[in-house]
Amino acid sequence: MSVKTIDPDEVDVSEILGSAIERREDPALITGEGIYTDDIQRPRMAHMAIVRSQYAHARIDGIDTSAAAEMDGVEGIYTHDDLAADHTPGDLPFMIPTGWLLPDLKQVEYPILAIDKVRYQGQPIAIVVAEERYQARDAAGAVDVDYERLESVTNPAEAVSGDAPTVHGEAPDNVAFDFELTGEGDVDEAFANADTTASLSLSNQRLIPNAMEPRAAVAEFKPGTGELELEMTTQNPHLHRLLLAGVLGFPEHKFHVVAPEVGGGFGSKIHVYPDEALACWAAWHLERPVKWQATRSESYLSDAHGRDHETDVEIALSNQGDILGLKVDTDAAMGAYLSTFAPAVPTFLYATLLSGQYDIPAIYANVTGAFTNATPVDAYRGAGRPEASFVVERIVDQAARALDVDPADVRRRNFVDPDDFPYETQVAVAYDSGDYDGAFEKALDIVGYDAFRERQAAAREQGRYLGVGLSCYIEACGIAPSELVGELGAQAGLWESGTVRFSPSGTVMAYCGTTNHGQGHATTYAQILADELGVDYDMIEVVEGDTDEVPQGMGTYGSRSAAVGGSALVESARKVVEKGRQIAAHHLEADESDIEFEAGQFSVSGAPDRTMAIQEVAGAAYLAHDLPEGMEPGLEATSFYDPANFTFPFGTHVCVVEVDPETGDVAIEDYVAVDDVGNQINPKIVEGQIHGGVAQGIGQALFEGAVYDENGNLATGSMQDYAVPKAMDVPEMELEDTVTPCPHNPLGVKGVGEAGTIAAAQAVVNAVEDALSPLGVDPADLDMPLTGETVWRAIQNAEGGS
Amino acid sequence: MTEHDITLTVNGDEHGLSVEPRTLLVHALRDELGYTGTNVGCESSLCGACTVHMDGDAVKSCTVLAVQADGADIGTVEGLAQDGEFHPIQESFQEEHGLQCGYCTPGMMMTATAYLEDGGSTDRDEIRHALEGNLCRCTGYQNIVNAVESAADKMGGASGAD
Repeated sequence: MSVKTIDPDEVDVSEILGSAIERREDPALITGEGIYTDDIQRPRMAHMAIVRSQYAHARIDGIDTSAAAEMDGVEGIYTHDDLAADHTPGDLPFMIPTGWLLPDLKQVEYPILAIDKVRYQGQPIAIVVAEERYQARDAAGAVDVDYERLESVTNPAEAVSGDAPTVHGEAPDNVAFDFELTGEGDVDEAFANADTTASLSLSNQRLIPNAMEPRAAVAEFKPGTGELELEMTTQNPHLHRLLLAGVLGFPEHKFHVVAPEVGGGFGSKIHVYPDEALACWAAWHLERPVKWQATRSESYLSDAHGRDHETDVEIALSNQGDILGLKVDTDAAMGAYLSTFAPAVPTFLYATLLSGQYDIPAIYANVTGAFTNATPVDAYRGAGRPEASFVVERIVDQAARALDVDPADVRRRNFVDPDDFPYETQVAVAYDSGDYDGAFEKALDIVGYDAFRERQAAAREQGRYLGVGLSCYIEACGIAPSELVGELGAQAGLWESGTVRFSPSGTVMAYCGTTNHGQGHATTYAQILADELGVDYDMIEVVEGDTDEVPQGMGTYGSRSAAVGGSALVESARKVVEKGRQIAAHHLEADESDIEFEAGQFSVSGAPDRTMAIQEVAGAAYLAHDLPEGMEPGLEATSFYDPANFTFPFGTHVCVVEVDPETGDVAIEDYVAVDDVGNQINPKIVEGQIHGGVAQGIGQALFEGAVYDENGNLATGSMQDYAVPKAMDVPEMELEDTVTPCPHNPLGVKGVGEAGTIAAAQAVVNAVEDALSPLGVDPADLDMPLTGETVWRAIQNAEGGS
Repeated sequence: MTEHDITLTVNGDEHGLSVEPRTLLVHALRDELGYTGTNVGCESSLCGACTVHMDGDAVKSCTVLAVQADGADIGTVEGLAQDGEFHPIQESFQEEHGLQCGYCTPGMMMTATAYLEDGGSTDRDEIRHALEGNLCRCTGYQNIVNAVESAADKMGGASGAD
């Protein structure tokens, strides 16, 4: 059932939280009024183009810029030597930092322009600044780089096999880190005592995010004030300000970073890249505004990629179907350099989720981070959690096959019991709340699971191959508290800031350190504050994405905005109400403890006619003619909310497919998702997030995959070659929910941005394997994307072997 | 480089401008004339973000040269709303939550309006086929299809499923 939207004017403020109101963001976006970075024009603005490495691995023997420098409109061409010459000797900026450190992590220099060597196709070597966009691109094409090509490696398992070219001298074996995670349960004993085991080798292929808006930057240095202003495609302007200030050696307080409208991110606009730093440097150096806009080809080469794991997994089982233990060994690509949060993704965002929804008494995970001659890998929608859920749900299906029971029954038998929350896993996290059976049975009921099994059997009689796939996923959102993430290696806190400020006329401004790029924060945050303050929704304005306006912030990723940013705003609203209560008590000549606050009105307990609206209180706070003794004027509050724990959304997705055994084509017949993301602020926005997430998960299952050839060239470097799902490729989805509130934040919300992507891929792959089970297809042959060719080859392989 | 004088009528307003022979229509609209509502996603006609109407047909303005559009009537997202009233497709995109980041939305709406004005079917599969040249990474398309279906109903001219 599709959620119906409501005009916010028709919703009473008492019911606005939880209402599927239309988004306030939309009028600007549907009229063309919204300003994205490339829409920005500045007087005297120049354009920057980037000369990128043609090769995956090469020594640079020379860079000849002479012909390019003579071309029309060229203002300057710069290599790393020019950056170095522009800076204090001995000081070494112009390096991209790593934002998450692990014990024994091999940190390597990641220069914004290559020094002597390139390590992936697309690595920036030089920049060209010219008067016009086309002139800059023309001249970039005329820069002549003299390469001495080297052998390359792009597969992570090959990279760390001991027989591969070395990417960095500091890590001759290409091992960036070797990470282990286990709990008190003895995994070896679990396997020794097992009645049966199942194992699987699987790939989780490299993906390319493909936000519809390519990354872009407009930088301007103002010599008169010494300020540097950067408007950019960012999911976290404050983090970009902090880290780019370090990259450039520029003072943070003189650096103003703004996110205009941002056309999708999916993780790719979290990270610190060379490109935006180079636009800043050029603007600073030339003292004129500089715009850089990635072409789509540049996006494919330069946006951080996602996933790229090779995994062996083994599960230990009792004859009764209990999961006794799990062993996971993963080689995870880092790409050529350590991107901003890359080391965290296959470790603390992956290995910690390997218990799935199950009570598993012993788990051991080993993850090897591998340097490869490929674009750096970092967080892409889901970031580690889709990979974990894929491993768990694929091996649970193998367990069902080993036990010769229905996959639904293995899951039912092993779910964490609703009474066992908080539940401590064997991989270092404590699930906050859940009802896994509830979402599971609801999903199976909607899809008509038992009836499907009958239909499937009948179809097989007719030579048709139908299958059903289950995916019971767990997600971790709002990674925190900061002290914990610090212990785990984060070089940043993961709190969020929110400011609530009444104006003297009684309207409200709210400022949050998260950043909108499609999530509808301006709508949902105003819903939250209308509910908290009892102020009309239309009287609340939300500001994000500007380091000069929002005090501080960590940004939007990891499905954290509602749970962390929303909670920060709630805390601030409550502080404002408390100050308001004191002012109201003073004016109503009552004791503060007798003042009640409801629906925007302060009133004296037992005397309902003695009231003062919060707007009147705001007016009095700024008029400041008559405030309680010693109270400062004004009515505003800022909170830095640091959650007590992660939140753990969950759910069950079920996919029904039919596979054509002649062509290998997979047709999705039915897709049902039951998600529990805790309380919902705006169910329509929740629905949209799940739709989009599922589409990306199905994209991974059936269509998408970055492919490198044997020379390390990206063979899927355009939308022609990399299959972003089209409208015809995505099925109609049926969505339902259950609601298990988060017990540790004031909104009871868990987060929804990544749920669909985490859940979908294994639902599809399990369905295909189920469909093909009569043919004896080897599950290891079903590596994503399950294109017609892959499935057809898997069938041929099974038939050839039978 | 030699420049050519051309005339573009955009949303009913005539503009004279000089462009290089290689200037793309989308860059002429955005960089020369300031119609920045039309977005650029791939410059290779694959994503559809830059879709505009040219003499009534939906075209991808990243693969039309500005000189090819000389004398043409161009319709962009800025011209959809009339007299302060949203076009039915705009209303429906908002009502059905057919957009998230909004980047693909102008192109998506221009494709959809051309489809509906041509009497396109409201069959959901047909709508999906009609939109297959426009990529969206946020919505999973379902609410976009809902929006087009709903707009068809409001516009009244489209043919029903058959």
